[in-house]
Amino acid sequence: MNRATLDLWVGVFVAIGLGSLLFLALKVGNLSFASSSAAYLLEAKFDNIGGLKVRGAVKSAGVVVGRVTQIHLDPEAFVAVVSMQIDNRYKFPRDTFATINTSGLLGEQYIGLDVGGDTEMLKEGDSVMKTQSAVVLEKLISQFMFDKAAGDTGDSKTK
Amino acid sequence: MADSKKPKAAPSPQRQRNSLASPRGTGRRAPRLAPERSLLVQFLTHLGHGVTDSLWRLGFAAHFFLAVLLNSGTAFRRFQLTIRETYFSGALSIVIILVSGLFVGMVLGLQGYDTLERYGSSEALGVLVSLSLVRELGPVVAGLLFASRAGAAITAEIGLMKATEQISAMEMMAVNPIARVVAPRFWAGVISMPLLAALFSAMGIFGGYLVGVKLIGVDPGSFWSQMQATVDFREDIMNGVIKSFVFGILISWIAVFEGYDADPTAEGVSRATTRTVVTSSLSVLAADFILTAFMFRGA
Amino acid sequence: MASATSSSPEILVKIRDLSFSYGDRSILSGINMEIPRGKVVAIMGSSGCGKTTTLRLIGGQLRPTRGMVEVNGEIVHKLTSDALYELRRRMGMLFQFGALFTDMSVYDNVAFQIREHTDLPEELINDLVLMKLHAVGLRGAHGLMPTELSGGMARRVALARAVALDPMLIMYDEPFAGLDPISLSIIGDLIRKLNDALGASSIIVTHDVQESLKIVDYVYFVSAGKVVAEGTPKEIRASEAPYVHQFVWGEADGPVPFHNPAVQSYDEVLLGARHG
Repeated sequence: MNRATLDLWVGVFVAIGLGSLLFLALKVGNLSFASSSAAYLLEAKFDNIGGLKVRGAVKSAGVVVGRVTQIHLDPEAFVAVVSMQIDNRYKFPRDTFATINTSGLLGEQYIGLDVGGDTEMLKEGDSVMKTQSAVVLEKLISQFMFDKAAGDTGDSKTK
Repeated sequence: MADSKKPKAAPSPQRQRNSLASPRGTGRRAPRLAPERSLLVQFLTHLGHGVTDSLWRLGFAAHFFLAVLLNSGTAFRRFQLTIRETYFSGALSIVIILVSGLFVGMVLGLQGYDTLERYGSSEALGVLVSLSLVRELGPVVAGLLFASRAGAAITAEIGLMKATEQISAMEMMAVNPIARVVAPRFWAGVISMPLLAALFSAMGIFGGYLVGVKLIGVDPGSFWSQMQATVDFREDIMNGVIKSFVFGILISWIAVFEGYDADPTAEGVSRATTRTVVTSSLSVLAADFILTAFMFRGA
Repeated sequence: MASATSSSPEILVKIRDLSFSYGDRSILSGINMEIPRGKVVAIMGSSGCGKTTTLRLIGGQLRPTRGMVEVNGEIVHKLTSDALYELRRRMGMLFQFGALFTDMSVYDNVAFQIREHTDLPEELINDLVLMKLHAVGLRGAHGLMPTELSGGMARRVALARAVALDPMLIMYDEPFAGLDPISLSIIGDLIRKLNDALGASSIIVTHDVQESLKIVDYVYFVSAGKVVAEGTPKEIRASEAPYVHQFVWGEADGPVPFHNPAVQSYDEVLLGARHG
């Protein structure tokens, strides 16, 4: 085993090793947001966050613009306070709507930002004023049944 | 014949013979409980001995680890030494890693499809295969394979060098054997492990792709796009790399220590090699649990 | 043999009241020896009597429990590790069965010390290595691997390796063990010739009496951790001391008994069985 052959095979080994790592990083993972771009903090209050988790996505028009960093309960108003990191590249007007949506029918939940027309932008530490809580499936079903029951009795009355 | 068995008024030769046979003395005089009690005492003594022995050995191993780190200068100044060992530990393991990775990936593809199909989520196959490999199977299985192939070889090599007095000869020639023989092998293992784990994962994903897309017919677009959307570089891939790095340190440490500490006989070396494989495998699995608990807690 | 009083430059290795125990097993108890410069000295005794331990104590691989070893005026176990390594560069050791590095060729084995301890260019190293190999008669074998060598050849390569840096002290651990008659006399011859050519001192640990008595200048007999006899080969051959006599003439029974001590004498065992 002479030195040249040895070095060659070690070189081949390291090359394909690093190559696989690169393949994993680029083709398999998303070497995107998590890589330290500057971000600013925004807050939003919700009556019910449903299944939203920390590190969940914050999207606008379907594009990921930030991540949820913290979720806690406001002990006085008993609402959920969600803190988010938004990429510095994107600025949102002060009348932005923050809603909790579900990706797909039974998928994981994320915060969607729908923009309004205000000229002033949200700054570091601002709160999003307009929020809509998550749709809780049970409430939806009970509401549906309640409406149905009311509809039936209403029908029977008018009949 | 029956007479010689009576202990009471036994003349000297027979008393001597008894004490030669059973070191605990003339057990026949003791009460009937004696056999069980001495068995329990024996067991407890063994247990205590085993624990103190293991602790002592662990301390010795830690001290050895420090010695290897402190003497690593030569391994880097004369990098050719480490390169040579990387060839033997890493480059020669490529085949086993590639083949195993391929098969593991293919099995993941098959099993994953079978399970996901039941919930109508078969497009998530890419996510299943890639996350399983990158987070867990890549580092762990590559670690286990590395321990049995390269770890055992390193232990046997160092053990044999010790048994044939080559280590002694080196000491007498004023060359530090830890710097010259042990440290390059240690660092070669640490360098090789993350590369092998990445290779394993990449090959596995390819295997899953082969089975899922080519064989079964899952849509290639969703296979890759869902994978790319879900697998996070920092969370999943980097954590996997960190794991394989930690495993590399553990396996290499155990391999060089067992080799250096082996009894200088053929039996001693064979026992040390077995210990390397067993201890490395158990340590890898235990460390995997600890690291996973830290890294993937919550969410 | 005139013994010098204090550390005279004539005495290379001085061993005074050297004792070594392994746990509670005493291996050496109060050894006194002197190795003069330029002489070949043999340490003889039956297996396990502490001969190899003595070599390791001289080389600093073991620390004495009591007493001291002085090499070239320096007390070995008091040296710092740097100073010890300096000393070892001037010592060569031939291990039992050679202990060649199996992953390197014969050439690389002999060149090992030169490459590790000097900055000489490869051409010079080439000349030195081939010279040493030529001295032991194996210049043509420089490309072989240790596994391709016979026992005698491996021993000679190890000898070339031991003298690679022209040491002042060469130690041999059982150099004659397991060799055929031709290799035996070759090795014996080489030991004497190299010692004289280098002006070094040699210590041979052996139990091959006939070969060593042919080449050495002085002999120490060690038994049960003590020096029981010493003298020139002529004195040893003529010695009437029982242990020396038994050893030199290979007698089965004598101070070293044939029967391992047992608790009962065999007669008693046989008698007891008959009456039992």
